[in-house]
Formats: sequence, C-alpha cells, structure tokens
Amino acid sequence: MTIDWSHFTPWSSLAGGMLIGVAAALLVLLNGRVAGVSGIVGGLLVPRAGDIGWRLAFVGGLLVAPAVMAFYAVSPRIDAGFGTLALAGLLVGAGTSYGSGCTSGHGVCGLSRLSPRSLVATAAFMAAGIATVLVTRHFL
Amino acid sequence: MNIVAALLSGLVFGAGLILSGMTDPGKVIGFLDLAGRWDPSLAFVMGGAILVGVFAFRLAGARGKAFLGGAMHLPQRRDIDARLVAGSVVFGIGWGLAGFCPGPALVSFGSGVDQAAVFVAAMLGGMVLYHAAERLLKRAR
Repeated sequence: MTIDWSHFTPWSSLAGGMLIGVAAALLVLLNGRVAGVSGIVGGLLVPRAGDIGWRLAFVGGLLVAPAVMAFYAVSPRIDAGFGTLALAGLLVGAGTSYGSGCTSGHGVCGLSRLSPRSLVATAAFMAAGIATVLVTRHFL
Repeated sequence: MNIVAALLSGLVFGAGLILSGMTDPGKVIGFLDLAGRWDPSLAFVMGGAILVGVFAFRLAGARGKAFLGGAMHLPQRRDIDARLVAGSVVFGIGWGLAGFCPGPALVSFGSGVDQAAVFVAAMLGGMVLYHAAERLLKRAR
C-alpha cells in the first residue's frame, strides 16, 4: 500500500468531519431526528402529513451549501460516464433503502450511537466499495 | 423552528462535506482504492464526525426529548438481518462505481455538476423502485 500524499488532507477532512458532526448534533438535539441523508430523502418519496417540512429544509440546506461555501473551491474528479453514474445512482438508491441507511445514517450517526446494526452496515458497504474499486480500477 | 433547525443542519452538513473534500468523487475512490495510491482522508472525516456525534447522541439519548419540544426519534432496532447486509452491499457497489453517496451527490447537484444530477435522478429512481417492489411483495403475501 502506498499513501497518496498529494491528495491526503488530514486537517481539512478532520475539520469538515467535525462540522458534519455538529450538523448531526443540531438535528438530533433540536429536532430529535437522525441526520441520515438517504433516510431523509426516502421519507419524501412516501410523504406523511407533518413529516415533510423539516426533510425539505434539510435537503434545501445541502443544496445551497455550495453557494455559501463558494469561497472554498473544490474541483471534483469524476471519471464515471453517464451510464455508470445512472447505474451507480440506482444501486445507491435501492441499496440504502433496503439497508436502511448510508454513509451518514449508518456511518456517522449510527457509529456515534454505537449501534451494532450500523457497525455491520458500515463494514458491509465499505467492504463492497473497496471490492468494487479493486475490480473496476485494477482488474477491468 | 423545526424547519429553521433542519435548514441550518443541512447547510452545516453540506459545508462540512465540501470542506472535508467528500464532494470530490476522486477522493472517495482514493479512499476505497487500497491497492492503488491510498488517500486516507475519508477516515479523518468519519473520525471527526463521530468525535462530535458520540457526545451529541449520548446527550440525546439521556434527554429523551428534543430541545425544540418534539419527540426523540432514535432508531430502536438492534437485530442484524439479511436485508441490512444485502442492502448495504448493493449501496457499497454503487458507491465504489462512481464515488458518490447520497449527501455529497445532493451537494454537488446543488453546485450544478451535471454528473451529480444524473446520479441523483437515478438514486431517486432506485428509491422509488424499492418502494414499488415493497408494495408488490406486501400485496403478494
């Protein structure tokens, strides 16, 4: 294993991670809700009365974050074509619904709650992600 | 007030994703690429988030009620079933294919990245398909 020192950003990643933790803290302490992005979005697709506004507001916050953070330039490296992106999106949408969570719900909030379910889910999607990258980047 | 709190939380969450570098799919794939040139940054993101989250969720659990007055909706399930593992594996495959997971994809969509728009549309499609399949299965039972 070689470390990619040119892209490794320990400090900004740690600080960004702590901001994510603060956001999750705000949502759970003020609203009593878990900041799981797939769960929040999924709840909008089967809407229940009185359970829509906060979900829309949270997603709205995510969508306007780039405008607020405009001073911090990120140039995304996306090498997936549109076909791959569509397939990936489909798998992520169905998989997170079926497995009740994603990187935020299981990975951040679930691990913070020391939930055994989330630990298993996080291990599973990490392992699957690592295996997928191994196959697509090194064997195909 | 709940709406304002949720908006603020989403905004801070998105800012954290941007600052941490997670809106760059190349950085996510760099973390998952153990056999290539490995970028450990994502571990620092999760570590930082959990460092803060542990205290918040401990307080939330002890209080049992939201500060704005509503109920505390914390997951209660503790069983580990096949759905949890299979769903997470399917999610992980999609994550590894493009380097996008739901949060960063929405933030990137917000910054006008075409590829993120395609991913988000397909992700919503995947969620709709799941709900449709669940309804069909329920009816068949």
